[in-house]
Amino acid sequence: MSPPFGIIFLSSDRQREVGRDFQKANLLGKEEIMGLVVAENITKVYSVVATKISKDYMAGEIAIRALNEVSFEIEPASFVSFVGPSGSGKTTLLNLIGCLDKPTEGKLEVAGTDVLHLDRKQSASFRGNNLGFIFQDFNLIPVLTVFENIEYPLLMVQNTPGGERKKRVLTVLEAVGMIEQKDKYPDQISGGQKQRVAVARALVTNPKLVLADEPTANLDHKTAFLVIDLMKKMKDDLKTTFVFSTHDQKIVGEAEIVYTLEDGELTGRQVKGGKANA
Amino acid sequence: MRNLFKIAIRNLLRYKRRTLLTASLVTIGVVFVLLFISISGSFKNMMIGQMTDSMLGHLEVHRKGYLASIDNLPLNLNLRAQAYKKLDDLLSKQSEVEAFSPRIKFGGMFSTFVETTNIRLNGVYPDREFKTVPLLPSRVTNGGKTTLEKGDIWIPELMSKSMKVNIGDTVVIVATNKDGSVNGKQFKVAGVLESITGPGGRDGYIHIEDAMETLRMEEMEISEIAIRLKDFSRLHIFSDKLEGILSEEMNKQGKPIYEVHTWEKLSPFYNIARMIDVMSFFIKLMLIAVVLISIMNVMIMAVYERIREIGTIAAIGTLPGKILSMFLVEGFCLGAMGAVAGNILGIVIILILNRFGITFDFGRQTGLVLHATIASSDVLVISLIVIFISVVASLQPAFKASRMEPIKALRHV
Repeated sequence: MSPPFGIIFLSSDRQREVGRDFQKANLLGKEEIMGLVVAENITKVYSVVATKISKDYMAGEIAIRALNEVSFEIEPASFVSFVGPSGSGKTTLLNLIGCLDKPTEGKLEVAGTDVLHLDRKQSASFRGNNLGFIFQDFNLIPVLTVFENIEYPLLMVQNTPGGERKKRVLTVLEAVGMIEQKDKYPDQISGGQKQRVAVARALVTNPKLVLADEPTANLDHKTAFLVIDLMKKMKDDLKTTFVFSTHDQKIVGEAEIVYTLEDGELTGRQVKGGKANA
Repeated sequence: MRNLFKIAIRNLLRYKRRTLLTASLVTIGVVFVLLFISISGSFKNMMIGQMTDSMLGHLEVHRKGYLASIDNLPLNLNLRAQAYKKLDDLLSKQSEVEAFSPRIKFGGMFSTFVETTNIRLNGVYPDREFKTVPLLPSRVTNGGKTTLEKGDIWIPELMSKSMKVNIGDTVVIVATNKDGSVNGKQFKVAGVLESITGPGGRDGYIHIEDAMETLRMEEMEISEIAIRLKDFSRLHIFSDKLEGILSEEMNKQGKPIYEVHTWEKLSPFYNIARMIDVMSFFIKLMLIAVVLISIMNVMIMAVYERIREIGTIAAIGTLPGKILSMFLVEGFCLGAMGAVAGNILGIVIILILNRFGITFDFGRQTGLVLHATIASSDVLVISLIVIFISVVASLQPAFKASRMEPIKALRHV
């Protein structure tokens, strides 16, 4: 597919709008706004582009293939789910996307970066600046309050200045409805509240992509839907891409795009309201 | 950095009992070390003070070869008048010197007309001797005179008791001079000197002019010059300086005339003092071992118990260096807590001990009251050792935490 090329004549205000739209849509390219907007080699940047990625684990001397030549693309600001039975490779795939592990074969780009060649420190830095994580067990730091847990990535990872930090933490606390609980410690709040805090912690850094591995597995049905609704709302408000894994069929229906994994292979892609592709 | 400390302290408070136990262990170690150093150090300093201020002086100058024969008090190895004059002039010009005192030392017979025994005598200028060894007059017991005039003699307590000699009694000193002739002189007992451990602890004192008369000296020939410095801590610097100056003075055979000795070479107590220093060193080593093992143990446990947390913070982008710092700061805080508590407790115990007083006997000296003191530099050094070792002990667990693969750490159950 050849990249689009265009010459657009616009007023200066409109040029800025177009520029912002390009940014919002994550369209990369050379944009010059000088009365004439020239957009050349505009390439669509996906949140994730996986090309034939495989992952082998060693069990003693035997190599076990957890993922086998999986390819997919995830568009920005989408709400994507990977489903499949236990052992199908969902967590492995999320770990690869989250730069917590590296594929044995294939090519993987996350937020426009080839993550295969990042070293340990670069990976950590990349995760801190581009990704948010929501864990099945919430994984909040028990010695920190709700506020401090959300503040942690800004403080210890991104070194955000104090005033800005407080503002952003309060904004996400408000958004996830946990402002009243901000001074409580994780052991003083419920499981659903913990996961809301985890969502807030994942979003506070304005990540390009949020990864959630079975985020509702430890929640009751009602709370699980509340958390998924919260994630969707955050996706809509912040235009953040959400990728989550689940084996809960009721939750699956909430995703815009559902990828099905079986025995380490991608066996289906279903777009909400659209037809399934095998 | 403030946040690292906040997280470290909260993590320490998370396992209160364990933190308390470890900090207590460090505290106890610090307290024992402080007590040992303060008591042994004070004892050492007290003993050194007793020897130098009541007997030896800080350093002494003799004629070359005198010290090797000091037990015989050889009169033929005395410094001649000219050599003494030179030395007197030289020492008068030294700004470090507070006072110095020439002495004529000789052995003689001490007779009460009923009994006779041998005695070692020091002929001194009382005023100069008291400035050089200011505690000497305080050794005079039984209401004796604390001044020494011509015709007076101060005798050691041991001799007073064994020969039943009292203050005011007349005694005779008989001595052989360097030419071999025997001379005698009557003295009045003006004071009885309480015993002190070490050479010279059983010496008697007479006026230097009486000594010259007894030995029939026409010109003053002295056995030694005792020197007191303004600053005892500069002893070795001054000793080296004086040695350097005096080494240029040669006799007709081209050999050095003088030899300089600090109190360490003159008193066997120096070996005890060195043993105290060695013991202090080993006590510090024990403290290091206690701190190292206890902190390392706690930090290893802390890392093991928090593997999933480490995985979480690593996954959300905390750099390995920051994870390392987190655990090092935790070890630092634990060590600092122990050091601070130990110092406070140690100082309080030292104050209590001083309030009640520690009495002890040393040699023939009984009922000595020890005032334990601890230098602020010692407190600082011990604190720094504890804190440094705490950080070192945390290094391996912290490094392990920082190198942990987030994916493996997150899977840890």
